[in-house]
Amino acid sequence: MPARFGVVVFPGSNCDHDAYHAAHHVFDQETRFIWHEEESIGDVDVVIVPGGFSYGDYLRSGAVARFSPVMQDVVRFAEEGGLVFGICNGFQVLCEAGLLPGTLMRNESLRFVCKDTPLRVENADTPFTNGLTEDQVVTIPISHGEGRYYADEDVLARIEAHDQVLFRYSTADGEVTDDANPNGSARGIAGLVNEAGNVCGLMPHPERCVESLLGGDDGRLIFESLLAHVSTVAA
Amino acid sequence: MPETLPQPPEVDRALALDHGLTSDEYDEILDRLGRTPTFTELGIYSVMWSEHCSYKNSTALLQTLPTEGEQLLAEVGEENAGLVDVGDGKAVAFKIESHNHPSAVEPYEGAATGVGGIHRDIFTMGARPICALDSLRFGSLEASRVRYLFDGVVRGIGDYGNSFGVPTVGGEVYFEDAYEGNPLVNAMSVGVVDTDRTASAAAETPGHPVVLVGATTGRDGIHGATFASAEIDEDSEEDRPSVQVGDPFTEKLLLEATLEAIREGVVAGIQDMGAAGITSSAFEMSASGGTGMDLYLDRVPTRETGMTPYEILLSESQERMLVVCEPGDEETLAEIYGKWDLNAQRIGTVTDTGRVRAHWGDDEVAVLDPAHVAGDDVPVYDRDTERPSYLEETRSFEASDVPDLEAADVEDALTTLLGSPNIASKRWVHEQYDTMVRTNTVVAPGPSDAAVMRLKGTEKGLAVKTDGNGRYVYLNPRRGAKIAVAEAARNVTCAGGTPVAVTNCCNFGNPNNPEVYWTFAEAIGGMGDACRALGTPVTGGNVSLYNEHPEGAIYPTPTIGMLGVVDDLHTQPTTAALRSEGDVTFLLTPRGWTHPDRLGGTEYLSTVHDRVAGDAPPLDLEEERAVQAATQALIRDGLVQHAHDVSDGGLAVCLAESVIHSDGLGLEATLPGAGRLDAALFGEAQSRVVLSTRPDDEASLETTLAAHDGVQAHRLGPVTPGGLRLTVGADTVLDASPETLAAPYEGAIPDAVT
Repeated sequence: MPARFGVVVFPGSNCDHDAYHAAHHVFDQETRFIWHEEESIGDVDVVIVPGGFSYGDYLRSGAVARFSPVMQDVVRFAEEGGLVFGICNGFQVLCEAGLLPGTLMRNESLRFVCKDTPLRVENADTPFTNGLTEDQVVTIPISHGEGRYYADEDVLARIEAHDQVLFRYSTADGEVTDDANPNGSARGIAGLVNEAGNVCGLMPHPERCVESLLGGDDGRLIFESLLAHVSTVAA
Repeated sequence: MPETLPQPPEVDRALALDHGLTSDEYDEILDRLGRTPTFTELGIYSVMWSEHCSYKNSTALLQTLPTEGEQLLAEVGEENAGLVDVGDGKAVAFKIESHNHPSAVEPYEGAATGVGGIHRDIFTMGARPICALDSLRFGSLEASRVRYLFDGVVRGIGDYGNSFGVPTVGGEVYFEDAYEGNPLVNAMSVGVVDTDRTASAAAETPGHPVVLVGATTGRDGIHGATFASAEIDEDSEEDRPSVQVGDPFTEKLLLEATLEAIREGVVAGIQDMGAAGITSSAFEMSASGGTGMDLYLDRVPTRETGMTPYEILLSESQERMLVVCEPGDEETLAEIYGKWDLNAQRIGTVTDTGRVRAHWGDDEVAVLDPAHVAGDDVPVYDRDTERPSYLEETRSFEASDVPDLEAADVEDALTTLLGSPNIASKRWVHEQYDTMVRTNTVVAPGPSDAAVMRLKGTEKGLAVKTDGNGRYVYLNPRRGAKIAVAEAARNVTCAGGTPVAVTNCCNFGNPNNPEVYWTFAEAIGGMGDACRALGTPVTGGNVSLYNEHPEGAIYPTPTIGMLGVVDDLHTQPTTAALRSEGDVTFLLTPRGWTHPDRLGGTEYLSTVHDRVAGDAPPLDLEEERAVQAATQALIRDGLVQHAHDVSDGGLAVCLAESVIHSDGLGLEATLPGAGRLDAALFGEAQSRVVLSTRPDDEASLETTLAAHDGVQAHRLGPVTPGGLRLTVGADTVLDASPETLAAPYEGAIPDAVT
């Protein structure tokens, strides 16, 4: 059964079309844009909060977006168990909105960085990763200036205890090292879920690598996981 | 009601000179008006007659460039950018523009607003920008000021483009002492529009409302265009307030709102506001339409209190546009821009008076003829030319002035070149740019001679590149400019594209210096010859003169932005990375020679012998055309595994780069011998391409080439499991591991900046 995707559009979103293109044109799913002033996200199975600079992000990434009308309904949707997927700036917005623990800070290098990064799969038993296997290495690009995941030790311990980490930055061989960590993220965390497992934040951009024409398609595995999950739940 | 204004200063000749006008120009204004201009009018003339806006020193030369082509949709100079029909109902708008002077005093904002400005030129035409390229030149990285400029420019480009959401996919970065103090920052934008949805920059119909859209107007950037048309000196730091401040978030809103407005059919004419702000857009739109405008400046939304008409007209506040529309459509415009939190304020009306009249309350503060300010009646100068005296000395160089390279020193020389910042990897730069947002980037910066972008909804793509070697142009302006065009086209060809059109950015020194002007005239002549020979008309561009600083003029530097079409995106994109062990590598050259015994102008001569001397490398345009046609045919026939043009650093660097870009693959190559070893390895003769084919395809390659007169293929050797082994004649002169090659290539720039 097909999944219905909704892609939130803040005025400064700039990966909204990429998420739409992946869900609609590449995976042929019913997909709609949801303008930030809309108070209801409508009937969807997956909400994508895409990358970009939401409201310019001159204050702190995602800090203003969380107060938008649409985010109130995204929070409601998440609390009811709906699938919410924040990518890059979307991850920052979900942290600011309190749907995910921790926060994202300026990269350790204090520079924007855009490149392919190998990621080691940590938990392959979530709606976002069921098509992957634990310890598998996938290559997905990052593109951010503020992607350094940070949380205090208690929070990190709780995240680890609940198996919430989905991906860590690694070498191509799957080793999690300081050199493989492109932004200084705590414990190499590139993506995680909330305790309930229905809200995911990911700094790398899977929507940018779903077509081999563009040089890699490991991002398909995440979209395929979501589709598999939605059809299982529906069945 | 408008506020009471301070009494404007008395206008006289001294004030006109202060504004950068010449005494003759002031006489011309007095003569034309039959009266003394008002203070506001003087400001208008001073910016509009600056070189930056008027091209008064360059028009006569630029008119010699070829501008005709079946695929060209916009007449040069009539619109904000060139427009090329690429088939499938799509057109490509593209243009390159300089932001040298602002970047010299305020690198971050200077570069950022350069990017913003060029994107606006593209989306004013209704096209959505799909990528940006940046051609950058700095002094030596050994100077701390240069490192500051380099870092600021790269951050500025990155922060603006990354936030705006358009990938920065290529360009070039050069470091030469001649650019110390006056860096070159040339930004190019490429956009795509449905051919039936383009917008025009003319105000054609009297009675149409004139609407100012976008951001509010402040005091930033007043006289930016005038500042950009003067030499940089010790006092230029004081001009910092002439540099505008960019806001990519607002630009993103402006982009979306403008494309929506054009889509809704409520835009009759539109022009962005870059240099000279409201003044340039109002006068140029009126001049293009053969109309006039009544403007009411007290209606302009300002971000500061107490702004005078003079300041409002000359403000270069960013992220604004001027729109004319059918009466009644201004409400729809306001709704669309309002949705994106932007102003759309009616500030006037198109008239049939042939005059732009600026009002402040009940007063007329300026009444001028747009043709005189911005149209056909703008002064045009034919400057004196004189062949520069330095050429006597540089041309006297002979290769025999330096000792030939010993075989034992080849590895040292090659690694030195790979570690030269001009040749070394620019990864440090392009990893700070979002190179893939909007998911159209098929070939990103790195292992390719040009970037390749897809055109969603078609099977086609674009191959895009900027090119220009200032050192060549310094040594031989005419040939150096030809090479800039030829190499840009060759890069596009090697990436799998067919070159179709050019945009140019002419960076030169003070045009009043006859030696400088001679280099400009020669370069334009060479550029025209090359564009005619290669069938790539010039669609527009930008001129930046007065690129001088206390230590002297920059190298004359025309940069070429080349647009190519990739007919089949699934088979044709080709990179410089090797593909499979056992493939066979060939050097494609014009028939009759593989390399001349020359060293002039090479990176080798500069880096290893510290000499900038000799003549620019040889180039024959017919030979060039033949080699490119053959390369395009081989790629179309599916016979090419990798392709890389021979350029800076010569054949040895070309081969080494392919090895570096090919994880786990290497090359064995036997180069044609005879003559000097250094020239064989590092000479930069043009019209040469290295490519590889599958072993089974060797015969097909010969067959395809047989149909191309004037081209020969020299078999170099096989693709191996790793490293680079070079034999010249009978002697093996290099056997280097991948690490030996990669370490200096990857390390040079990061090491230099930290």
